[in-house]
Amino acid sequence: MAEHKHKSQAVINHARHTNHNEPEYKYVGTRPVRHDGLDKVTGRARFAADLNLPGQLFGVVVRSPYTHARILSIDTSKALIADGVQSVITGKDFPAVQSGDPHHDMCVNLMARDKVFYEGHAVAAVAAGTREQAYRAAKAVIVEYDPLPEVLTIDEALKADGTVLHSHMFTTGVKPRTSTSSRSTSSSSTPSSHLTLSLSKPSPPSTQPPAPSPSIKELLTSYEPSAVKASNVNAVYMFSDGDVDMGFRSSDVVVEREFTTKPVHQGYIEPHAVVADTGQDGRSTVWCSSQGHFNVRSQTAAMLGWETARIKVIPAEIGGGFGGKTTIYLEPLAVLLSLQSGRPVKMVMTRDEVFRATGPAPGAKIHIKLGADRQGHLVAGEAHMAYSTGAFGTYAGDFGARAIFESYRIPNFLSRALGVVLNTPRSAAYRAPSAPAAAFAMETVLDELAEMLEIDPIELRLRNAVVEGDKSTTGVPFARVGLVECLEAMRDHPHYNAPLEENCGRGVASGYWFNIGEASSVVINLNEEGTATVVTGSPDIGGSRVSMALMAAEELGIHPYRIKPVVGDTESVGFTEVTDGSRVTFATGMAVVKACQAIILQLRERAAIMLGVDVSDINWVDGHAVYTNPATPVADTVSLSLKEITQAARATGGPITTTGSLEAKGAGPGFAVHMCDVKVDKETGVVRVIRYTASQDAGKAIHPSYVEGQIQGGVAQGIGWALSEEYVYNSEGVMENPSFLDYRIPVASDLPMIDTVIVECPNPHHPYGVRGVGETNIVPPIAAVANAIYSAIGCRLRHLPMSPMRVLEAVNTSS
Amino acid sequence: MVSRMHVTCVVNGDTVEFLCDGGQSLLDALRADVGLLGTKNGCSTGDCGACSVIVDGKLVCACLMFAPEVDGSNIVTIEGLADQDTLHPLQQSFLEEAALQCGVCTPGFLMAAKALLDAKSRPTETEVRFALAGNLCRCTGYDKIVRAVLACAETSPEPSSSAASHMMSSSNPMTSSSNAASSVTSEVSGYGRT
Repeated sequence: MAEHKHKSQAVINHARHTNHNEPEYKYVGTRPVRHDGLDKVTGRARFAADLNLPGQLFGVVVRSPYTHARILSIDTSKALIADGVQSVITGKDFPAVQSGDPHHDMCVNLMARDKVFYEGHAVAAVAAGTREQAYRAAKAVIVEYDPLPEVLTIDEALKADGTVLHSHMFTTGVKPRTSTSSRSTSSSSTPSSHLTLSLSKPSPPSTQPPAPSPSIKELLTSYEPSAVKASNVNAVYMFSDGDVDMGFRSSDVVVEREFTTKPVHQGYIEPHAVVADTGQDGRSTVWCSSQGHFNVRSQTAAMLGWETARIKVIPAEIGGGFGGKTTIYLEPLAVLLSLQSGRPVKMVMTRDEVFRATGPAPGAKIHIKLGADRQGHLVAGEAHMAYSTGAFGTYAGDFGARAIFESYRIPNFLSRALGVVLNTPRSAAYRAPSAPAAAFAMETVLDELAEMLEIDPIELRLRNAVVEGDKSTTGVPFARVGLVECLEAMRDHPHYNAPLEENCGRGVASGYWFNIGEASSVVINLNEEGTATVVTGSPDIGGSRVSMALMAAEELGIHPYRIKPVVGDTESVGFTEVTDGSRVTFATGMAVVKACQAIILQLRERAAIMLGVDVSDINWVDGHAVYTNPATPVADTVSLSLKEITQAARATGGPITTTGSLEAKGAGPGFAVHMCDVKVDKETGVVRVIRYTASQDAGKAIHPSYVEGQIQGGVAQGIGWALSEEYVYNSEGVMENPSFLDYRIPVASDLPMIDTVIVECPNPHHPYGVRGVGETNIVPPIAAVANAIYSAIGCRLRHLPMSPMRVLEAVNTSS
Repeated sequence: MVSRMHVTCVVNGDTVEFLCDGGQSLLDALRADVGLLGTKNGCSTGDCGACSVIVDGKLVCACLMFAPEVDGSNIVTIEGLADQDTLHPLQQSFLEEAALQCGVCTPGFLMAAKALLDAKSRPTETEVRFALAGNLCRCTGYDKIVRAVLACAETSPEPSSSAASHMMSSSNPMTSSSNAASSVTSEVSGYGRT
């Protein structure tokens, strides 16, 4: 393994070169040790599984061994009289839920009603005095099933006369076909590249899939979604602009390819865990690890038919989420078991359960066609995609169809995606949901175009990259974005022209993610000694508390360690949306700034009372209320520190506290460009990533170390997705690799150092220019790795994972 | 009633006794019977390393060891890594290098890194990566973890940080001292790295 010699981290600030006029910050942009770090390095941090209450029971879930079956009966009588058992629940113990209810899928996913939809689907839950007693009792729950034909692939799901999972599922988004419809643009049914331009190089060899029949294009364009006939397609999403037919006709070069990706799991190290304690008054307190405890409360209340205020959710530390903990699995079960037994109930998933019963990211099938002129300007793009969302419909197709062409100016495009349900676990969000698969297709084909046109791959992207004012896929123009700056950072990076050894290759890819704003709330309490407790409603999964403290410190003018950043429970702070969409530093950060500005006004008012002067003559400067006598501004200046004001607070009107709540708008889209070197062992097909450099536009890095951390983590996940991770099912839909031994995520010896270049193109809608950084980083790696493998072996891989077997096959095919 | 086994061992320097079932894991005993919750359970199958502890000088996954096996043994867990109020240099290095995000794998990584540095005080990057290959981290991509271990190995092994001792005195570094001025000064060490 190559040892790491070069300098690895850089920050390129573009605000200084524009009219943004970024001030010199005292704390924002520095790297203090995080406030919650000490507890985490000493083993004191408390995750949900670490809580134990006196008299608590252990709850376990009874899960279906069948992939698809009707539940004929559930006999809990033997379980109820088993040793130590206090409560047994089934779907009948929850309020009925109708198919139109927005919570229907969540409710049925958490506890099956009349059917099970995947192996591992919950059918009952048991609470007993010990975990062993609970497991024994779970085995005593007798469920009679009537097996149904299972639907395990997108091809099966789209069959006209095939099994339909949900008799109430009607495709949304169905539109009458137009002249830009997929069929009319399809001149051939097999993937190909055509050249009207004479090129010196032959079309590069590629490995084709083990003959998927029919081709993805044929499969997806011949499928007619129906809004009135039940099917396995929950939705069709389509975006288009211009005239695609004309665009391809006028292109000098056209490439058309097909890609497949497998479901992959977020792979958070902490399994889902909850402790619920329901009191005599029927109110319940829930401790759990989640990305959004207000969402836990809403969903739990919805499933139980309760008012949200009946439930208090206390966020424990969360041991990773990556989107997988944006929804719930155990909480309503624990609350109901606790209600029935009158005792606290603790439930902790096993790793096997996490794999079998929580949401992976969807698998996808993608057909893509791109046309360009001989200068490398993209003229037309067409994509047909299907995302397998597991047992219930999700938004996956929407994000895929919106993301695939978003990074580039393409005057004529059509992107269309289907969300397809299968008898597999319901998919959940995973870091930039749907975008990695879309970018795998888009960025691989761009690489191919670059080669055909003999244009440098970064230069090709620069010629097409979106800039401020360009239309996005949905037609909304971009505000300031940093794709060009990220591309330039990679082009100018020493890595780009570093020599490569034999059997090594280099690949480049870009990535895009929308990022979101949404609702956030903050409470600030100023304490007697002049410190500030900043309570937010955003669970901290990657170091956001220290970022909140840095922004508060900058605003208030006090040291970050005089800020105590806290994640408050659902009764201590206002409603706050889930920690997802790369939104916390952006949206919750905005709420922190808003609350700080409100509390500074109060501090000036208190200082005015203390000094007996007019508040309008007091400014807040560097942590002090500074009074300047307007009559004699030079000679007559008095200043009071924040501490002096808080110490006198009870004499000037009482404790100083405030709240800040908002619905954040203007999240800045995130762009990233990654560069990767691989070494391919042509004897074994093993691909090793030997060097990796990632640039990403952070807008403004509040705490650069944790921005780097987000980038490095996303890259590692992307590399795992590219090379080794996949859900493996047997022919009956039973997952065959539900452990970290067989579901292979990258370990330290698999990876090199991951060098980062933080690009700062300020988001004009955030007070510090922040744009979210959590997700974009997982979008480019798959294509970057695939392009690097091509560069090493001269062969394109278009099916994930690019396992040794597939790579070896490709090597053998090309040689 | 199944008879339970009596185990006596030393955990983090203290003699500990507990009763356990023959099939109970050391991880379960540490968490449920000894009351040390810093050792985490990520898989129960020895694949993630979150439960790494050191038994008689040897790094093990506590989930793969039966509790009765540690009778008479000397065990070090994450709770025993710091020397009273002074952080172990690895703990300090993890903090300063931002080598943790969610933190659930951190105790296991620290124990595995300690086992490595105890055996070899100046490992190469490759040696660090292979020594930590039994520990899964899904947040960091391992970059900052490897750097933290290397940085620690490069510096004096003597634990001497005033910031560490200050921060150890309270879980709340901000409000732990009545003398705010000196408090801020010591808090600032380790701060301001760029």
